[in-house]
Amino acid sequence: MAYTRAKIADLVDGKIDHDTLHQMLSTPKDPGRFVTYMEILQDRVPWDDRIVLPLGPKLYIVQRKDNKQWKIRCECGHDFCDWRQNWKLFAKVHVRDTQQKLEEIYPRLMAQTSTWQVLREYYCPECGTLHDVEAPTPWYPVIRDFEPDIDTFYKDWLGLAVPERAEAA
Amino acid sequence: MNVNVRSEDIEGATRGIVRGGETLKEHRDRLMEATKRTKHYAGLKTMELRDSQPIQYNKLFSRLRAGVVDARETAKKIAASPIVEQEGELCFTLYNAAGDSILTSTGIIIHVGTMGAAIKYMIENGWESNPGVRDKDIFCNNDCLIGNVHPCDIHTIVPIFWEGELIGWVGGVTHVIDTGSVGPGSMSTGQVQRFGDGYQITCRRVGENDTLFRDWLHESQRMVRTTRYWMLDERTRIAGCHMIRKLVEEVIAEEGIENYWKFAYEAVEHGRVGLQNRIKAMTIPGTYRQVGFVDVPYAHDDVRVPSDFAKLDTIMHAPSEITIRGDGTWRLDFEGSSRWGWHTYNAHQVSFTSGIWVMMTQTLIPSEMINDGAAYGTEFRLPKGTWMNPDDRRVAFSYSWHFLVSAWTALWRGLSRSYYGRGYLEEVNAGNANTSNWLQGGGFNQYDEIHAVNSFECAANGTGATAVHDGLSHAAAIWNPEGDMGDMEIWELAEPLVYLGRQIKASSGGAGKYRGGCGFESLRMVWNAKDWTMFFMGNGHMSSDWGLMGGYPAASGYRFAAHQTGLKELIASGAPIPLGGDTDPENPVWDGLIKDAVIKRDKQAITTEEMFADYDLYLNYMRGGPGFGDPIDREPQSVVDDLNGGYLIERFASQVYGVVVTKAADGAFALDGAATDARRKAVRKERIAQSVPTRDWMKGERQKILAKEGAGDHVKQMFASSFKLGPKFLSDFKSFWDLPEDWKLLEEEIGIPHYGSHYHMDVSELPDVKTVQFVEE
Repeated sequence: MAYTRAKIADLVDGKIDHDTLHQMLSTPKDPGRFVTYMEILQDRVPWDDRIVLPLGPKLYIVQRKDNKQWKIRCECGHDFCDWRQNWKLFAKVHVRDTQQKLEEIYPRLMAQTSTWQVLREYYCPECGTLHDVEAPTPWYPVIRDFEPDIDTFYKDWLGLAVPERAEAA
Repeated sequence: MNVNVRSEDIEGATRGIVRGGETLKEHRDRLMEATKRTKHYAGLKTMELRDSQPIQYNKLFSRLRAGVVDARETAKKIAASPIVEQEGELCFTLYNAAGDSILTSTGIIIHVGTMGAAIKYMIENGWESNPGVRDKDIFCNNDCLIGNVHPCDIHTIVPIFWEGELIGWVGGVTHVIDTGSVGPGSMSTGQVQRFGDGYQITCRRVGENDTLFRDWLHESQRMVRTTRYWMLDERTRIAGCHMIRKLVEEVIAEEGIENYWKFAYEAVEHGRVGLQNRIKAMTIPGTYRQVGFVDVPYAHDDVRVPSDFAKLDTIMHAPSEITIRGDGTWRLDFEGSSRWGWHTYNAHQVSFTSGIWVMMTQTLIPSEMINDGAAYGTEFRLPKGTWMNPDDRRVAFSYSWHFLVSAWTALWRGLSRSYYGRGYLEEVNAGNANTSNWLQGGGFNQYDEIHAVNSFECAANGTGATAVHDGLSHAAAIWNPEGDMGDMEIWELAEPLVYLGRQIKASSGGAGKYRGGCGFESLRMVWNAKDWTMFFMGNGHMSSDWGLMGGYPAASGYRFAAHQTGLKELIASGAPIPLGGDTDPENPVWDGLIKDAVIKRDKQAITTEEMFADYDLYLNYMRGGPGFGDPIDREPQSVVDDLNGGYLIERFASQVYGVVVTKAADGAFALDGAATDARRKAVRKERIAQSVPTRDWMKGERQKILAKEGAGDHVKQMFASSFKLGPKFLSDFKSFWDLPEDWKLLEEEIGIPHYGSHYHMDVSELPDVKTVQFVEE
């Protein structure tokens, strides 16, 4: 089952109609989705470097047009790091490690107890977008949550050419 | 190629009961050897029936599957327990002769593997010769040391014979309301070892000729508090099993034993291949890492346990790494998980792995073909000695779900990164709620009978947000896709507890561009109970889910209970009384209405039996689900709608979502668009101003770790037990924080009891016991 570009755009916008959403959930996946999805996302970002893989609503692996290096980029255009690194280590972090800080997010008694669990909010240093919230114990290492095998994904699973990649100096 | 019968090969040898003359053990050994050798289930490189007669194959599948579901729907009406009758906490599964599941009904499908584990235990331990396995026998099992989830899940297992030879098994399971553990209720908290965890039965032959033995009936009914429910639940299970056995006999009579026999093995291989195909169709190859935690706050006075060594706060820990390979196979490694503990939240490797299919049927394999094929298509590594693969036969399991649901919620995040990257946004799910609170207790009820309760209202928690809409509120539980909160009127019949309120729990869903679904709360007043107790069971200090891609975790739990309330007098005088919900626990209303009451309002969300009298109050708060995406990207009008609908407490509109509202005289909220735009811009600036570069923060955290400061004993204990069982986890930890080579953290240095860390004895060490290993350890 294939869906029109307009329907995929509705999905990206969170405006998909219930019947189509149900169909998407209950029938086999449309293998062409990735290409359409990438075209829609590419049209919407304010830069023209190529998106290789979206990592979140405003976070992407991109191929820089000027030198073909792959970077992890915020939608605002800020490059965090090389695509093989953990972008969170290059973000700004706000740690909610007191009850007062946690109760800015939750009502008292419904917030976590800060001696058991803290919140670590990772922001883009340029635009302040919140890209991830970790909720571990104190001392917990920053998690590198995803290492995609993009070459296999593009080449073997989707039959697409892998975008050119220059290794970072 | 197919799973041929072996009648020619074994002529003259001792004839076994399996079709063709193999013993059960010979049959299973042959299948497992072929599976290992060929990487195809039972060596089925081709599926003869499916390939040559696809319509026949599908007809067999559809008819059997429909029959199994029908058996569940019919049988559940026999039960009196609202857990079964209202919530649907039952499931039936059809197995082949080797104990591998062919197909299963709807319901608590975690048991697709647990009853199979019991059958395999019988096979491996020679049940065929003693006590014997005959046509029309009935077996009962709920032993957690061989794969059951927790003692309250009772299995009835019936062998299926055709022309005098065993051709399969059928199993039925119900979640019973009480198993006679130390505390009343099916998932009690007071015991810290198996010996207090309730009545446990190990694959016992409890009947023959379709009739239960009298000694079994007399013994079992007095081992539990809720005898009537126990007996009717057993009849429910037997009725369902016999319906399915009859169906199989009819199908064989019409379609032929050869076709059925082929189907019984090909369906498992079909399930394995199906999973592999779905992985390739929906995910992205690569490595995914995530972690889950849950609190075990046992140092508090209101947790009364029999053993000093259990009287401490601990944290359960489940880091996981998912590896998806280019060929569509995958591996789930839980290196770094913490040790089992002296509480009732441990899990057997089978319940952990089998339970994951409950989750996967809601995402990766949303098909009717749920069987052991998916398990054969998945590599699990659960280090021995961890909470999900204990190495001691004393461990207790009665509420293993406390951490199962918390460990699995992390897997949603991994898979969802994959779905998000591919554009299958409809499949993204930030996680699942910690499915609590569990209102449990017992005593004499309104009918003057010994009774126990476990309110299953939390079969309707909030669900996680997706990448296209909010999570569903007060909707579902991860462990039962068909869960339901149940009717208040039914719960009032089952429990001596009157409802004074039931409403949405505001701000319980995690914030986000799409927020997590909210839970709900019920205020119960004790009425017409005698010698009554209740306790709380849920997460309190920690949120076990996390939120995804900028979304926040769901709110965590707390408790509210009130004694000596004076409500009798207040009601008589017509004065206001607590009603509805505890809308904003930071600004409580009820407490002022019952000024002289003894109120317990705190973060201690796990307790043991506490005495309650008529007119006492108990708040049952069901948790919400986690959120997705940055909250300041949420559609402002949706925030306003949340305020007007009771899903959000007013001050969080601005604090969390950057949405400014006005309030009309009638209390209705409206959006101030311009002020919202300004506020959201300000939020971005505040975020940048209040945060620090991650590497700068890491320097400070590293110093704390070097000095062994900034983490309480419960946090240190978690790390120390994970380090001991997970050398790679320790090595990664030291590498990340750039710690000296000789840095270490041992439980011995923390100064808290750590019984079980050195001395332990596995059930496999008992005489004449052969356990079945299903995972890499």
